[in-house]
Order: sequence, then structure tokens, then C-alpha cells
Amino acid sequence: MIEVVQQVVDGLGRGGIYALIALGIALIFGVMHLVNFAHGELITVGAYTSYWLFNTDLDWWLVTPIVVVVAVLTSVVIEFVAFRWVRGASDFTMLMTSFGVHFVVQALFVMYVSANFRQFPRPGWIFNTVRVGGVSLEVFDLVVVSVTLASLLAVYWLLQRTLFGISLRAAAEDFDAARLMGIRSNRVIRGAFALSGLLAGVAAVFWLMRSGQASPTAGLTPMLKGVLAALIGGLGSLSGAVLGGIVLGLVEVLLISRLPGGIAGLTDGIVFLLIALLFVFRPQGLITVRHAERV
Amino acid sequence: MLEVESLTTRYGSIAAVREASLAVQVGEVVCLIGPNGAGKTTLLASVAGLLRPAAGRVVFDGVEVTGWSPDRMLRAGLALVPEHRRIFADLSVRENLLVGGVTQRPARRIELLDEVVDLFPVLAGKLPVPAGYLSGGEAQQLAIGRSLMGDPRLLLMDEPALGLAPVLVDVVFDLIGSLRDAGRTLLVVEQNAQRMLEVADRAYVMRSGQIVTEGSANELADRDDLFDTYLGRAGTLA
Repeated sequence: MIEVVQQVVDGLGRGGIYALIALGIALIFGVMHLVNFAHGELITVGAYTSYWLFNTDLDWWLVTPIVVVVAVLTSVVIEFVAFRWVRGASDFTMLMTSFGVHFVVQALFVMYVSANFRQFPRPGWIFNTVRVGGVSLEVFDLVVVSVTLASLLAVYWLLQRTLFGISLRAAAEDFDAARLMGIRSNRVIRGAFALSGLLAGVAAVFWLMRSGQASPTAGLTPMLKGVLAALIGGLGSLSGAVLGGIVLGLVEVLLISRLPGGIAGLTDGIVFLLIALLFVFRPQGLITVRHAERV
Repeated sequence: MLEVESLTTRYGSIAAVREASLAVQVGEVVCLIGPNGAGKTTLLASVAGLLRPAAGRVVFDGVEVTGWSPDRMLRAGLALVPEHRRIFADLSVRENLLVGGVTQRPARRIELLDEVVDLFPVLAGKLPVPAGYLSGGEAQQLAIGRSLMGDPRLLLMDEPALGLAPVLVDVVFDLIGSLRDAGRTLLVVEQNAQRMLEVADRAYVMRSGQIVTEGSANELADRDDLFDTYLGRAGTLA
């Protein structure tokens, strides 16, 4: 029983990070039908930002907000430099553009920094544990779960209660109809990229606190997990992306802890198998999205 | 108020609208009728900025607006209620209306919301309901109300009666009548030519991408040849 509680908290911590990344991917898919395979570059850029900042002797408390701001700016810049020019193009063209951005950013770091890993210090408290009613929990998981929850609530409030958020949801549902209502394409798409960058920034901080290293491919794994989570949830559904992230995190932790030592390394393979099975029974993902057809 | 001059819009190499010209004066209700596939929807979408015309001009209030984006057209005072309504199904009725008023100042937006709810009492009790749960007739009223939230001076409507039960078709035509009586300027695309000619001042008949006839609504309603050749009688095309 105690073990299950620990695993669930661990899974929620992991799933929370996936949820933040997946929500950003779903937001962008919603407004422009782009599966953004360059989303992980926000984490890569965050990783190098952390590395450089630690060289100037900054502390995590200062690094954190800077990484988040850098992720937001990077996201907006990528939209402006790359995705704006293929807006309205076929889904395939946009997909290729996102791969292009992914490889260009990666190449820039290889060329101008190094292909090698750069280490930076992890915060001292991340391996601390606290005992709650006989259950020993990682402080890090608790911090991730509470910050993720707070971020998701803030995003929920933004999407439900502000005119910007309502416009964003409208644009995600039917972009042309939203334009007919006077919503400016540039503004709503830039807003979606900024919000998506903000979420990726928060996720990046947690990811980097745990990994403690920067490399040109630092963002690859978190991006793939985020895309998977968004797919599980039903691509384009915002609540589905969050749900997908949490489900993915929980399933991974349960598999890692339950599989016999010999095949624990197959966790990712089994996860993909389960996802394939899910799509056999629910091709639309966990949450069905109603998409209006376009003119 | 609106002048469309030899407008051509293509999908690839196919011209869906060929050198179409029409005009709408302030306070008029003008309709564009014609069989399925005549290019009516394409023409409205080109005027509202959803599609970019290949040739020709659109002039609104004396300003050339050809190729302007839909949000810019709305700010200039021209709104389109699109074909199939395109309401935001996942948003509540109230949120749909708020999005419609996104170009307005906050105080004005609330005023307009009250006006629209007065105009469509069925929506009043359903403001928190997701718009996807509305019936076809309610959804059509929401679609029109949402566009009125932009406070347009010219309202374009694309097939407002499409897919509605006969009793709701009456509601839509009554509504067009009341918008006309309130002094609104309307350009309406409709397949139900007979009904539309009863509420319109003038009409253009479109076929195969071209405007083939125009005239006052009364005059066209009496032209049997037109109905035989292009339009058919009510019920045969609807």
C-alpha cells in the first residue's frame, strides 16, 4: 500500500512535467494544426541558459525565472522566424518545418558550443525525502506536483476567464471562424506560442533540475514524451493533453517498478505497445475533439 | 456601401467566381440566389476576406479593401455569418458572443451582449450552456447574434436557413425581416429563392460562377423563366 502511494506520487511528478509539455504542444496544434517537433528545443535552450548562468554563479532561485523567460522568448522567436511563413500550408509542410527547426537549433549548439554534455549543479534538495504518515516521499515530486497543479490552474483560469483565453479556445476550435469574429491571427498565434513557451519553461526547469546537464539533444526525450501525451489525450484537446501526460507518467512509473529487473529496460517499448493498443480501441485518443471543417 | 467589381476567385485553376459585380446600398437587403455550386459562398468568402480574389476589386465605404483579412474587414464594419454557422461548439453560448465582440471596448461589449440577448430571447436562458448542445435553430440565432456582437454596418449571411426544419426556416426569415426593419444592411446568400425574394429589396442571380441576372426582388419573383431555368421552385432545390 505504502509502496503504491509512493509510486503514484512519483508518477504524478513525472506525469506533471509531461502534462506541461503536452499542453503546450496541444495549444499550438489547436491554433495552427502544427505538431511542433521543435517544442523540445525550448528545453534545450533552457538547458544551455542554465549552464551559462551557473558559470556566473547564479543560484537556482534566480536561474528558474530566467529559464522560463528565455523559453517564452525562444518560442515566440521560433514562431516569427519559422512557422509564420508556413501558416496555412499543408500539415505535412508544417511538420517538416518543425523538424527543420529542431535540427537547425541542434546544429547551432553543436557548432557554436559543443556536441558534448555540459554539467551544471543540481539543487541540493531534490533527493531529500519527507515522511508523511509512514510514507516516504521525494520532496522533488511534491514540488513538481504542486507547481504543475498551480500552473495548470493558472492556465485554466486564463483560458476560461480572460477574453484572450476564450479567443484562443475559439481559434483552436475553428480558426477561420475566429478570424471572422475579428481575432487577429498573428496575435492569437503569438499568444499560443508564448503560453506554450511558458509551460515548456516550467517543465524545463524541473527536467533540468533532475538531469543537471545540457546537450544539443537535451530536449528530444521530453518533446517525444509531450507529443505522445498529447496524442494519448486526443491531439488538439487541451484537457486531453494534461490527462495524457499524467497517464503516461503513471504508467511509466508503474511499469518501471513492477517489471522484473531483466526487462525493465523495455519500459518505453511496452509503453508504445500500450499506446498502439489504445489507438486500436480509441483512435481519437482519450478525449474526442470536434473539429469544424474549413472553407 | 459595398461595391464588388469584376471579382474572380479561383481554387487552383478553376474559377469558382468569374468577373462577378454587385453593389449593396445602405439600408438595403440584397440577396444572392442561385443553384448549388454557383459560387455564392465563394463570392461571400472573397468579400469577407476568407479567400483572396485572383482579380477584381472590393470597395467598402469608398475604400478599396480587396484582399483584406477577415479581422480587418470586421473592424472596417463588415461581418460574415458563415455557411454551416461555424459556432464554437466547445465554448458556452456566452463565450461565443464574447468572442464575437472581441473588437469592441469592454463596456460596449457588455451593451451589445444585452442587445443581442434581447433580440434572441432563446439564448438568454442558455448563456452558460456549451454551444454544441444547441438545436439547429438556436445555433443559427447564436451565429447571427455572434456576428452582430461585432457591431457591423453590413452583415453578410451565407445560407442561414440551410439544414433547418421548416418551422425554423420561418424563424430565420422572420429574423431577416426584423433585421431589415431595424435598418440593418444585409447581403444574404440563399438557395430558397422564393422565400428570400419575399424579404429582400433586390437580388442577384448567380450561376456557374457568374452573375446572370439582377433586379428588384418583386420583379425577379415574377419571372417564371428564371425559376424554370436556374432556380427551380421552392422545395425542389432546398
